[in-house]
Amino acid sequence: MTSITDAPESPLPFNGARSRKTPAHHVIRWLRANLFASITSSVISLVLIALLARAFVSLVQWGYWNAIWSVPSDQTGACRSIRGLGACWAVIPEKYRFILFGTYPFSEQWRPALATLVFIALFYVSSRRRWWRKELVAVWAAALILIGVLMWGGIAGLTYVSQDRWGGLPVTLILATFGLAFGFPLGIVVALGRRSKLPAIRSLCVLYVELIRGVPLISLLFMASVMFPLFMPDGVNIDKLLRAQIAFVLYAGAYLAEVIRGGLQAIPRGQHDAADALGLSYWKKNGLIILPQAIRHVIPPLVNTFIAFFKDTSLVLIIGIFDLLTTAKTSIIDPAWQPFSVEVYIFVGLIYFVFCFAMSRYSRQLEAQAHPN
Amino acid sequence: MTTSTPGLPRRRRQRFSLNRQQLIGLAWQILVVGIAVAIVGWLWSNALHNLSVRRISTGFAFLGREAGMPIADTWLAYSPKDPYVRAFIVGIVNTLRVAVIGIVLATVIGTLIGIARLSSNWLLSRLAAVYVELLRDIPLLLQLLFWYVLMQGLPAARAARKPIEGVFLSNRGLVLPSVPIAEANLWVIAAVVAGLIALYLLRRHLLARQMADGKVRHLWPYALALLVGLPALVSWSLGASWTVTMPELRGFNFVGGLTLAPEYFALLIALVTYTSAFIAEIVRSGIQAIPRGQWDAAAALGLRRRFVLQRIVLPQALRVIIPPMTSQYLNLTKNSSLAVAVGYQDVVSIANTTLNQTGQAIEAIALIMMVFLTISLGISLFMNWYNARIALVER
Repeated sequence: MTSITDAPESPLPFNGARSRKTPAHHVIRWLRANLFASITSSVISLVLIALLARAFVSLVQWGYWNAIWSVPSDQTGACRSIRGLGACWAVIPEKYRFILFGTYPFSEQWRPALATLVFIALFYVSSRRRWWRKELVAVWAAALILIGVLMWGGIAGLTYVSQDRWGGLPVTLILATFGLAFGFPLGIVVALGRRSKLPAIRSLCVLYVELIRGVPLISLLFMASVMFPLFMPDGVNIDKLLRAQIAFVLYAGAYLAEVIRGGLQAIPRGQHDAADALGLSYWKKNGLIILPQAIRHVIPPLVNTFIAFFKDTSLVLIIGIFDLLTTAKTSIIDPAWQPFSVEVYIFVGLIYFVFCFAMSRYSRQLEAQAHPN
Repeated sequence: MTTSTPGLPRRRRQRFSLNRQQLIGLAWQILVVGIAVAIVGWLWSNALHNLSVRRISTGFAFLGREAGMPIADTWLAYSPKDPYVRAFIVGIVNTLRVAVIGIVLATVIGTLIGIARLSSNWLLSRLAAVYVELLRDIPLLLQLLFWYVLMQGLPAARAARKPIEGVFLSNRGLVLPSVPIAEANLWVIAAVVAGLIALYLLRRHLLARQMADGKVRHLWPYALALLVGLPALVSWSLGASWTVTMPELRGFNFVGGLTLAPEYFALLIALVTYTSAFIAEIVRSGIQAIPRGQWDAAAALGLRRRFVLQRIVLPQALRVIIPPMTSQYLNLTKNSSLAVAVGYQDVVSIANTTLNQTGQAIEAIALIMMVFLTISLGISLFMNWYNARIALVER
């Protein structure tokens, strides 16, 4: 299928030179094809190289060359004198325990650290295809209980630590994971409800999904922190973290319902008809035939929703819950370290990035498996 | 599945099952709606009780009372003596101000980055990929705080940076040269808008005639007349003045020019960069969704490359692009509520202050919901209309 017009574009001179290929030739060929293919391309390349070189030099100067890596405790004079010229990475070793674990008792901080590792192991196991079995639900239940034991303590010789002392990375992971663990079944039920033939159930589900998706997450969190106590009978006082967690479950449920509904729509009618013909009940039909296929269809968008959700947990900053971002912001209230918030934000941004990047890589890998080519 | 063997007794049951199914359906609906009503009723009665205990009157009467809250950055005239309703309107305008400009900028930058990702220039496409990956995988709130901290770290007004003559960047925000808008200027702007609408209708008409007889009709003479000639005529006849006022440093602050407060500027940068990364991905996948055969077929017809892009590839790509783009616009608008974290007073921030001052939690949240549902509905309606239009044109 080679057309005549293609002919001039194929670099004939190179075919002759193929006999004496050296690495240098490869490099030159690659450069010609990818950076200097035309005049416009060459100009773009040169401009970008110049800009990149400048950015790189000033970044290295700020972040490495002029940077200060440690100072004697709270003596930030050296850092202040190079402010704007170099980074003060000394703030990280000084504050990282607080950023990662908040006000959790210092000597007990191995517990949230271990809980974080359990979370990561749980995510890893859930991402492996050969673990997508019924037993996974049991694994999740066990892991979440283990995390609860580690964080709260009170049994097995662990001292009790109340929720208001939790903070940092474990809180972010708790909000995200519990939000998804409870939001997912909710999303499935609502997605089924939205496609139900029963008008009352369908409209209830539409109302729920559209109301939640129509407003910013912040207003849901305000509701959870301010309005929720109003709606409870006298004497019932639910912890702030739990209230935010409930808001997140409702929020995740609405968004996941929409993704799952997309998967349900992709299932051909024949599957429903065949299941009906077998005489399966509504729940058996959906549980055994429809949902497994529908969810498999939407795994990549589901992972994308997970990423968005993980990032969205940072909004609890606004209602004063100590998640990773809030501890980061709080750690630099300390007057000695106040001017070095950029360094702290970069550190925390890196942590968020690692989690989200891993998930997005994973989602892309799944997509590539689903659609080869 | 193997247990369901079709037999005689089963068939008899199936004849019943239609009625039974309907009955079960009705029972389910009554059950679910009953539970929902019971929960809402219980919550509501609790709320009424709690409100009466706390002596908070329900209703929107509080909107008429004096707000007493200062709002720093407004486009509308406002003073703390104004009623709450005025504060809310100022907040809505502030939300729209950041959302509309953010949507326009994010679309432009996102489209450019999306096209750059498809560039044959390796460096350009890699850079675009890094931009997208970096911005997508860090929470928006963190990015917003980061930009805000950078903004605060800028030199004071006296030592402001001047990237271009007349533009000042300092911890007071970004100051740009501006044109004072008088009534005559508004008429000229109206003329431009009218010219655009007329041009759009004309283009449709010319294209329809071109479809009918195949003759190419040029649009640019009309464009010149409608977009340059008409406004120039209006401007000349009304004597509008277009002198640009340059901002000047007087004392500790700037006089003249247009000032973007650091809160607003940080929010705008954060929203635009973050959303543009998502838009870039949408544009890239939209263009990639068009099969190569479309390019090849058009080339075989002897059409020029630009024409192919404009008339064949982009209209088809737009169809793929528009629905996810709509949800990005909605996201940007909803995300603008993060303003509260840096102290830019959008509608959510004002509702929050109101809530703290008056205790009218239900009303304040209801107002937020109303505002955002209206904006969401507006954007959806517009995008659906646009989507239907491009679908029609392409048959």
